[in-house]
Amino acid sequence: MDQAALAPERQLDAISVEDAITHLNSEYADEVQLDEREGYGGIIVDSKRLVDIARVIRDDLGFDYLSSATAVDYLGEGDHLEMVYHAYRTTGGGALVFKARTDRDNAVIPSLVSIWRGSDFQEREAWDLMGIRFPGHPNLKRILMWEGFQGHPLRKDWREAYYEEEQKPFDSRWPGGHVHRAEEKNVFGKNVTYPPDIDLGRLMDTSEAAVYQSLGLGVDVERIMDKDGFETDELVVNMGPHHPSTHGVFRMVLTVDGETVTSLEPVMGYLHRNHEKIGERNTYLHNIPFTDRLDYISSMGNNHGYVLAVEQLMSLGRKYNPPTYRCEALRVMMVELSRIVNHLWAIGFWLNDIGAFFTPVLYFVQERERILDFFEAVAGSRMMCNYMRFGGLFGDLPERLKSVSNLANDRVRDYNTMQFLTEMINERIPRTIDDLERLLTQNEILIERSVGVGVLTREDAINYSAAGPLLRGSGVDYDIRRADPYSIYPELDFDVAVENEGDMYARYRVRVSELRESVRILKQILPRLEATAGESIWADGKPGAYAPRVPHGEAYGRVENGKGELGYYVVSAGGRGGSSNPWRYHVRAPSFINLTPMGIMSRGYKVADIVGILGSIDIVLGETDR
Amino acid sequence: MYGTGLAKGLLLTLRHFVDSYVDDIRYGFRKYHHSTDNFGIRQGTKTKGVITVQYPDEKVAVPERFRFVPFLIVEDEDHPTRAGKDWCTSCGICAKVCPPQCIWIVRGNDPNTGRPVPEPEAFFIDIDICMNCGYCAEYCPFDAIKMDHDYELASYDRTTHHIHDKERLSKPNSYWRGIAPTRAYEEMLARGTWEHKDAAKEARRGAASARSSSSAPAAEAPAAVAAPAEAEAPAASAPAAEGATPWSEDDAKREERRRKALERKAKRAAKRG
Ligand code: SF4
Ligand code: SF4
Repeated sequence: MDQAALAPERQLDAISVEDAITHLNSEYADEVQLDEREGYGGIIVDSKRLVDIARVIRDDLGFDYLSSATAVDYLGEGDHLEMVYHAYRTTGGGALVFKARTDRDNAVIPSLVSIWRGSDFQEREAWDLMGIRFPGHPNLKRILMWEGFQGHPLRKDWREAYYEEEQKPFDSRWPGGHVHRAEEKNVFGKNVTYPPDIDLGRLMDTSEAAVYQSLGLGVDVERIMDKDGFETDELVVNMGPHHPSTHGVFRMVLTVDGETVTSLEPVMGYLHRNHEKIGERNTYLHNIPFTDRLDYISSMGNNHGYVLAVEQLMSLGRKYNPPTYRCEALRVMMVELSRIVNHLWAIGFWLNDIGAFFTPVLYFVQERERILDFFEAVAGSRMMCNYMRFGGLFGDLPERLKSVSNLANDRVRDYNTMQFLTEMINERIPRTIDDLERLLTQNEILIERSVGVGVLTREDAINYSAAGPLLRGSGVDYDIRRADPYSIYPELDFDVAVENEGDMYARYRVRVSELRESVRILKQILPRLEATAGESIWADGKPGAYAPRVPHGEAYGRVENGKGELGYYVVSAGGRGGSSNPWRYHVRAPSFINLTPMGIMSRGYKVADIVGILGSIDIVLGETDR
Repeated sequence: MYGTGLAKGLLLTLRHFVDSYVDDIRYGFRKYHHSTDNFGIRQGTKTKGVITVQYPDEKVAVPERFRFVPFLIVEDEDHPTRAGKDWCTSCGICAKVCPPQCIWIVRGNDPNTGRPVPEPEAFFIDIDICMNCGYCAEYCPFDAIKMDHDYELASYDRTTHHIHDKERLSKPNSYWRGIAPTRAYEEMLARGTWEHKDAAKEARRGAASARSSSSAPAAEAPAAVAAPAEAEAPAASAPAAEGATPWSEDDAKREERRRKALERKAKRAAKRG
């Protein structure tokens, strides 16, 4: 790219990603290098100038949406830690990937919170799990683990209490598999270490101030609890983690002035199991059923994102067959059915949250049940579908959705698969959506409760990396199926649902429109399935290997899942032949990142609205806490 | 106007209520007698009302592909030559492919030669850890491990009941054909025989050697165990290289195992009967 083409009149924020990289590389020759490792892309930015260059990337080049920020530990592969950022334009297109490196011993990278607020929780996660400090971060403390946790568990040299081997499969299982339980190695009471500087005695202090302060919450309890002054009518309210309205073990600490919320801090991690560390011990194939357990409402979508990421990596190698058309059509069908499940569930439970207790949700669950019956008959499980494979699927549709009676009192069902699908897609699901709209859309109680509540402005939605219905409800026309399409979405006819108001009602409207759009997509899938009947779901006609070797490189696979953008950042290290275990496996979880703007969305509303606002974001804790 | 939303909502509830009974009338109150086909109708796509299943008095039969904690296939007791024999050749693929690593296999060794034989000495699955992913069944090259349909495994003491050993895991081949007829049929097509891969080869070889009146089937033994020699399981192919004849050897240990399996089956049959 010569300088003339980049003359000021040329719009920098419309140039292609490659040109943007060339531009940065030539403009900041000293600070920006191309990432030329085999299978890698993007640029490596000198961390001293990271903030300035990030500002250029956002303002001049127009990459206004930071999708993911995560860290990788390259122990033994250069011995540095690396932050990897994926920035996109909300107008569509591919990612500008930029990275910054730091030492493992004194890990410091400047915070980008001043550029993208969306990096707030993600940087806290990187501090928590990788031990990178981010000067400039307003509230840098652990987010998933508690502060009494020793070490940073995603570092390659950190080992869990029940550690067995670096990578699966473990040698002890075969041929000399003498069974033992993990507890035997991991004795209760002896499996905990604390950092040397933690004062455990403090945990014994049960006064209210101590409870909040010991957990390092950003609430100035001292000031609020001050009994002397007159301005002491603020109150700290703790919601959760065991609270029916928080959709799981999730906690919010609010300060309220009367009924009005003045600040809110989400506290999470109660369901944390270090999914990513488990994923790095696993082989590539092992991870697919683990992804089911992230957003367990839409496991098909989780599978899809992950297989896309690994297929991207595999396509770098020589022996790679992309999935067949039938396979893609089946994937899209499954994913759209899970989107319907997800939105029915989200709307239903949001209604619970704002007071329409359980009657509507049960009507929606009825439809969900039938879709899950279908998943069960095709994939083998209702929720933990584990259906997709690299380059294929677990299996084609069975001819009949049929059960076989083998227990006492069994009730048997037997339907023709295509007929069942046709009736579901053409009759039942649209009927339920009509019912739902008739019941809710013009309902004055619902409108009263949700219009103008929990407002997230367009600018904030982008800057806070909101995704999915939360982003589109704030007027951003951004749906990955359109903006950065994958699978067979480019040839399918559907509209992106957008509402401009940014309140709870707008999010509800987006979900309803997406339900209708999903049905529209499904109607287009049916003839495609009929046309490809008999075609194999595997490109070479037989299932893939159980231990595929994945070539060296990095990949970011992302899909528009029900809850928003679900991304998987997967790094494959290892020798020339590639490896069968991922070096790094990171999940960009929409439920997690969508909570970043929860604080600003709640400020100024009533306590009773908080539950509704949380419900309108639609989180699932399996994914938030990972 | 205020109140219409409320009225509409209640009307919808009323409609669902009425629909349930309309469905009843339409299907001739068949909900109340336990016939199978009408259950299918009521749970299908055509009905508008609500039907629930009265678990545990009623249970929905699970579809064929349903997967719950796996079991091992052993030959039926009335099998002419291999009654009670494991289908598993102890190749270890399921243990490798198991995501939470809850399968433990002790490979059998010939007591005389010390060489591995293609059947498991012991086989454990920790069902507390099993995530029911179905990989073991999907990738087993011998169709020897299958996902079960019995989902009622709750017990009072996990430390004593939740590690299933080979005895607990083994179920006859006919059981699998009963719970998943279509899949068993597809697998048969893929294998080319209703028999175990190796048994079929053995039979073919037996016939061939009978014709040539050769009295030394041992010479051809490598072929019988060549099947596990998948690229990823070199260890399992070791016996092939050494020319052992695991099937034809009549060692006491195997007899013992077979006898035990038969006993187990008898016990199970007695329980069922
Ligand atoms: S994969 Fe099949 S044959 Fe191999 S050890 Fe497992 S159950 Fe046995
Ligand atoms: S179903 Fe999955 S988790 Fe369970 S034993 Fe088989 S491979 Fe392991």
